[in-house]
Amino acid sequence: MAGQIWQITYLIAALSIIGSIKWLSSPVTARRGVFAGQIGMLLAVIGTLLRTEVVNYEWILISMAIGAAIGVPLAYLMPMTAVPQLTALSHAFGAFAAALVGTAEYYRLVSLHQPIPAFTMTALVLETILGYLTFTASIMAFGKLQEIVPTRPMTYKGQNFVNLLLFAFALGLGIWMIAGPTPAWVFPVYTGLSLLFGVLLIIPIGGGDMPTVIALLNSYAGASCAAMGFALGNRLLIIAGALNAASGFILSVIMCNAMNRSFTNVLFGAFGQAQEGAAAQASTKPVHSATAEDAASIMSSARTVIVVPGYGMAVAQAQHKLRELTDALTARGVDVRFAIHPVAGRMPGHMNVLLAEADIPYDKLHEMEDINPDFAETDVALVIGANDVVNPAARHDKNSPIYGMPILDVDKAQTVMVIKRSMNPGFAGIDNELYYMDRTLMLFGDAKTFVGEIVKELPATR
Amino acid sequence: MSTELEMSLYVLILAIPLGLQLVQRVSPMLHTPLMSLTNAISAISVVGAILIAGSGEAPQLSKVLGCIAVTASTINIVSGFLITDRMLKMFRKKPDGKGTR
Repeated sequence: MAGQIWQITYLIAALSIIGSIKWLSSPVTARRGVFAGQIGMLLAVIGTLLRTEVVNYEWILISMAIGAAIGVPLAYLMPMTAVPQLTALSHAFGAFAAALVGTAEYYRLVSLHQPIPAFTMTALVLETILGYLTFTASIMAFGKLQEIVPTRPMTYKGQNFVNLLLFAFALGLGIWMIAGPTPAWVFPVYTGLSLLFGVLLIIPIGGGDMPTVIALLNSYAGASCAAMGFALGNRLLIIAGALNAASGFILSVIMCNAMNRSFTNVLFGAFGQAQEGAAAQASTKPVHSATAEDAASIMSSARTVIVVPGYGMAVAQAQHKLRELTDALTARGVDVRFAIHPVAGRMPGHMNVLLAEADIPYDKLHEMEDINPDFAETDVALVIGANDVVNPAARHDKNSPIYGMPILDVDKAQTVMVIKRSMNPGFAGIDNELYYMDRTLMLFGDAKTFVGEIVKELPATR
Repeated sequence: MSTELEMSLYVLILAIPLGLQLVQRVSPMLHTPLMSLTNAISAISVVGAILIAGSGEAPQLSKVLGCIAVTASTINIVSGFLITDRMLKMFRKKPDGKGTR
């Protein structure tokens, strides 16, 4: 019995991990969820160290110390606007670890000079391909989010065909390895193909689709862990991996629905090719522009204001100035609320985190379905750095690439104000007819500076 | 089919719907913290990494890979939990009062 303590530790670890996701369901209990997750992970590590198979400790502890020394500054030094990048980077580390364990286990089994059971090999084949492709795909996603790699989709003729061919080749090698012993070159080539496949998967994906892709990579990392659980006969890994895979899967489905697109369309559709015509004619139509003073006087006499933030707010770091504006308007008796589109920003829930960082109470933040009916009775809709999620073309223009995507009904408000740096089309490169409406006032400038100016121009408390 | 495998499959079959149920209840407001938390949890691969790195019989190559995997997953665990907590600390209902949950 004494030798079996690790099994009990694993059991409690699994329960803690389940509890941690359960408690995350509401902001009230969420921090308890993190605590439960930490306990679960700690128990998993302690339980594993207690197992009789583990005989060498020094290198494990040194490796952990190095990991902690990198992880702590990573978590504290990254600004909140960089959370999507950090998440992508974290996915890369997690998936890399899973893939390396698969590789290490493969070479351990090979060194035993016995046939590897087909079942174990199937699990290893899945673990390594998912791990390695998630690793490179996450690095690429990180590059795109950090704008080291061009954010526009990169496409070439026959791209899907090349990808499919590579995938088929990797699949063939995988089946070969499952079927029996293979020459020494097969596993490294299989690894290389998996790594390459991850890069090719992200190249054609545009920045606007990042929320879906990050969620999907989250799911793959979990699936890789679950496969490792099968390879090692470890049920804690299966439970945690399956929970993670399910979570990433649901999030990516939510993101896809919020864009009215299918998985295959996000992965193989290469958004943003045919819009050059629309972008070219953009600058000719007249728009109404206004100054901070105009905006301030309209807003201070309004009863209700709904703010619609987008990725541009994150880029400009305008959330703190926005809080000042919210406070100033609330002091003047204006009802200020925030409308959050599910795909606003670069990852699911991105806007909520930024607004929370600026100390905006979360009961002021509303989801699309809840707030859409209210736009018609709203005096001012203030759009900051959002574009596609407020484009009315999604409702009626069948030729628009975003046709059918649910949008925030900003155009129904009495007055629409859009803070934008210039008339250049946004991230997805699609022109927005909202800007040319008679009720729309364009506020040209940097979001942070402009919101600050509006606050200054607000007339004294009435 | 061995009972070992059978049990593992049962666990998987039960864990997937449980995960789907749990995650569907998470408020969209918390989707970013959810992702960073599950990210930290996916570093459970540290278990496999420790087993291989500390194993007495594994070849040198496997042990080295295992150690790198321990480092990578520790980065993931530490940064994942810390950033999740850092984010959740900011979610509060009233604008004033520090640390209200």
